[in-house]
Amino acid sequence: MASLVGSRVERKEDKRFLTGKGRYTSDINLANQTYAIFVRSPHARAQIKKLDISKAQKSSGVVSILTGSEIAEDKIGGLIAGWAIRSEDGTEMKCPANPPLAKDIVNFVGDPVAVVIAESLEEAKVAAEKVSVDYKVLKAVTSTADAMDGDTIHEGIDKNLCFDWLLGDRQKVKEAFEKADKVISIDIINNRLIPNAMEPRACLADYNSASEEITLYTTSQNPHLSRLIMSAFGNVSPEHKLRVVAPDVGGGFGSKINVYNEDIVCSWAAKKINRAIKWVAERSESFLTDIHGRDHVTHAELAVTNDGKFLGFKNETIANLGAYARVFGTVTPTYLFGPCATGVYEIPAAYSNVKAVFTNTAPVDAYRGAGRPEATYTIERLVEKASMELGIDKTELRMKNFPTAFPFKQTLVHTVDSGDYVAGMEKAKQMADYNGYEARRKDSESRGKLRGIGVSSYFEACGIAPSAAVMSLGCGVGLWESAEVRFNPTGQVTVYTGSHSHGQSHQTTFAQIAADELGVPIENIDIVHGDTDKGTFGMGTYGSRSLTVGGIAIVNACKKIVEKGKRVTAKMLEASPEDVEFKDGEFIVAKSNKKKTIGEIAFACYLPGVRDEMKSPLPEGEEPGLKETAFFDPSNFSFPAGTHIAEVEIDPETGEVKLEKYTACDDFGRIINPMIVEGQVHGGLAQGIGQALYENAEYDETGQLMTGSYMDYTMPRADNFPEFNIGYTCTHATTNPLGVKGCGEAGAIAAPPTVMNAVIDALGGQEITMPATAEKVWKACKNLKKSNSKAA
Amino acid sequence: MKDFNYHSAKDSKEASKLSSSNSAFLAGGMTTIPSMKLGLASYKDLIDIKNIKKLSGIKVSGKSVTIGATTKHVEVANSKEVKKAIPSLANLAEGIGDPQVRNRGTIGGSVANNDPSADYPSACIALNATIHTNDRKIEASKFFKGMFETALKKGELIEAIEFQIPEKSSYQKHPNPASRYAVVGVYVAKHKKDINVAVTGAKPCVYNDRDLSKALSNSFSSSSIQNMELDSSEMNSDIHASAEYRASLVVTQAKKAVDAC
Repeated sequence: MASLVGSRVERKEDKRFLTGKGRYTSDINLANQTYAIFVRSPHARAQIKKLDISKAQKSSGVVSILTGSEIAEDKIGGLIAGWAIRSEDGTEMKCPANPPLAKDIVNFVGDPVAVVIAESLEEAKVAAEKVSVDYKVLKAVTSTADAMDGDTIHEGIDKNLCFDWLLGDRQKVKEAFEKADKVISIDIINNRLIPNAMEPRACLADYNSASEEITLYTTSQNPHLSRLIMSAFGNVSPEHKLRVVAPDVGGGFGSKINVYNEDIVCSWAAKKINRAIKWVAERSESFLTDIHGRDHVTHAELAVTNDGKFLGFKNETIANLGAYARVFGTVTPTYLFGPCATGVYEIPAAYSNVKAVFTNTAPVDAYRGAGRPEATYTIERLVEKASMELGIDKTELRMKNFPTAFPFKQTLVHTVDSGDYVAGMEKAKQMADYNGYEARRKDSESRGKLRGIGVSSYFEACGIAPSAAVMSLGCGVGLWESAEVRFNPTGQVTVYTGSHSHGQSHQTTFAQIAADELGVPIENIDIVHGDTDKGTFGMGTYGSRSLTVGGIAIVNACKKIVEKGKRVTAKMLEASPEDVEFKDGEFIVAKSNKKKTIGEIAFACYLPGVRDEMKSPLPEGEEPGLKETAFFDPSNFSFPAGTHIAEVEIDPETGEVKLEKYTACDDFGRIINPMIVEGQVHGGLAQGIGQALYENAEYDETGQLMTGSYMDYTMPRADNFPEFNIGYTCTHATTNPLGVKGCGEAGAIAAPPTVMNAVIDALGGQEITMPATAEKVWKACKNLKKSNSKAA
Repeated sequence: MKDFNYHSAKDSKEASKLSSSNSAFLAGGMTTIPSMKLGLASYKDLIDIKNIKKLSGIKVSGKSVTIGATTKHVEVANSKEVKKAIPSLANLAEGIGDPQVRNRGTIGGSVANNDPSADYPSACIALNATIHTNDRKIEASKFFKGMFETALKKGELIEAIEFQIPEKSSYQKHPNPASRYAVVGVYVAKHKKDINVAVTGAKPCVYNDRDLSKALSNSFSSSSIQNMELDSSEMNSDIHASAEYRASLVVTQAKKAVDAC
């Protein structure tokens, strides 16, 4: 039987998605359901002086209107930060309460203050307009850089500072900088992004008064985790009386990790009114209230010798958390960011200092890459600048500082188990025809265009994560994953995973793995996820963890099945279990022609008897049935790495940047399905290039979102991209039995510095902030023209 | 979206009769419907004019191209007659919005709406168009009054737009990367007697740039406007483009248009 791992198996989920048979939350309708509309603050910061629902209550079709007062009365808990971060001085972080419905004060445009529940969506909308809220508008704090100087937003949180965190050794860094020939410094802004999943958030809460169970259908990347948070912190319902179902979910990118206000409010309210309640976000609500990503202001320095050895690195960052700290809000700019800030280099001394601030903007949380794009952007912009200032080729300078031996003890935290960064760089250069660049630049020049080439090398820590390690750093939960493998008596297999697929193609990849492990045809394997009533508690999908953590749990559960199969075979064929080998779905007794198929064993496990025969085929003490569960807790993170190279061409008259070539050479370890990995790389690149050239969430000084629709928020489109040139090097991960590494975030991590390095190269080294819009580039082109004419 | 009454008019006369101070004509609905959905506009009556056969179609004579008000962008873009008579006009239509918009949106709707970033108003100015309504004929130069403002009276309905066939012409736009509307679009048309440089996107309303057309009248080549710097004081400024940048883009797009003529 040919191995399926490594082959381009067509996606099992495509038939469903491409024929419109997907089942998303908003496709689900329940008898007698009601509709919710949330009344949201139009102000970024204001006191609620009076909230009057009397007119709205009389509106046609209204079932109930609930506000922050009722939430408080019922002691429903607020939204929480999932990681406790400690400041450099040892004090715990300071976070404000975040009630699901604001009662006294609102802190960003879109903060919900009431929910209107009506018989129809139209009636709910009409009634919502009649809810009258008297606000006392307060001065908003919106700027990341200036947040610490603004008015105090949350009582008791001085300077709007959540924490002032340090990773690394300031003294060692000071000493390293004293020895440097040169210090390269850079000031950068990592622009705020809006995730923009194709499917807006939605939820449908149902209550059964007889069983006292709440069922919540919701757009979540981690239904089990959502249930835990809603029970343990939200006080919505005991965990066993709450079922969370995340059916087909149309993209998450981190934005659907969080339990949101609407999930808690609809679940609580459904019980209160004893009716099902449906809420579906409009796109404008998504823009305002989905978590946003990035938003850092950074000053970083690199100490170097004249011949290009890196001696020390420091990174001073202000990270905007938005109005409240949410699930991954506090870890994203710390442990997901700081350790990766020294990049793929041996730098003997380093530190990252992060001040996380509250502002009157949407909460900022994990968005594809979460912390690692910000880290990679910092170091890779800095290294590019170092190459310009030292006059050393950008690829040579990088290779000079790559580690050559693995495991590589990275400066700040991680021990990278495997990799070959030099091989990745050399292959990327070859794929991109790096050495032929000058001819292409001259060709552009002859047409009056400016051409630039940019490189970035990255590694990232994903496959989150070893439970003991992350919990010691403040994580509120362990980050293991579960899997359950169930055989039917007639031989088909259902695999239950605690991971969640919202575009990652688990149905295919996981089935390929199980098919190889069990020797069962892939069409006889179903993958089930997304329902807390089906399968074991699991941690969900984010941080490129599904395969490296969830996939390994499946492998381990399959191995347990095979072990049991060997014992049963031994009994049935009168051999010793040690003599039974398993291959391609068959249990074979060594040095004999006696064998049983795994289907026969499954059948025997479920029907352990034969008419007129007292003897069971099962060994003594063996339980009937064939079902195994495994929990996998990884011993380390997974460390994909690679080098990307971009070329841009700029029209100096308009400032338009055209991405001409993009080469990605990644090391994802062993690849299960190359087609699916390509899709992940493409998607990540689109979002990373989007950050570099197009996307930007912008608030005005009063806290109004200026980019609240697709008229103003530039989503990249297919015609913005060249054909991506994708290739791989491969070093197997040594910390899991498949040798796999995460691939979902790499594109979004590597692309921003790659593209910006190319743009800045074309602009003669002039710094420019992301996104490199036509106008910014046009201005830089004008400066270039001025300085060139002066030089002439 | 608030409730409204839907009417389908059988001819212009009925459409006009049904209109009131609280109604809107509906053709493609590419602006009207989103505005209503977002709560930016609400009407008691929507009067659908799509079914009035007389309002749709393309006619070409020796001197002009006349396009019915409810003719869709895709029909203009694909019309062999338009491509032959005024290729730049077909080209403009092909660059409006996206396939969905081009298959619903109409030329009359675009002209009547007079969005400051819309493409068609620049064609009207550049191609010395005449706007035919159910009541009169209006010269394009007197039709576009200001941002979203036209010479149309209440209940007055555009029936067709008649474009003068130029000797040469080209439309070049710098699209907003998000909406793909024109940040600046410049329509250059050289007629026997005059040269028009119609600019959309740069100011609150489409206009004919006299400085550029004068320079081009002296010599119809991009080098004659190469180093021109336009006054940006009346130009739009927003998060996508400053007035100064727009002023520069007008010249850049004009040069491209002249080169493409």
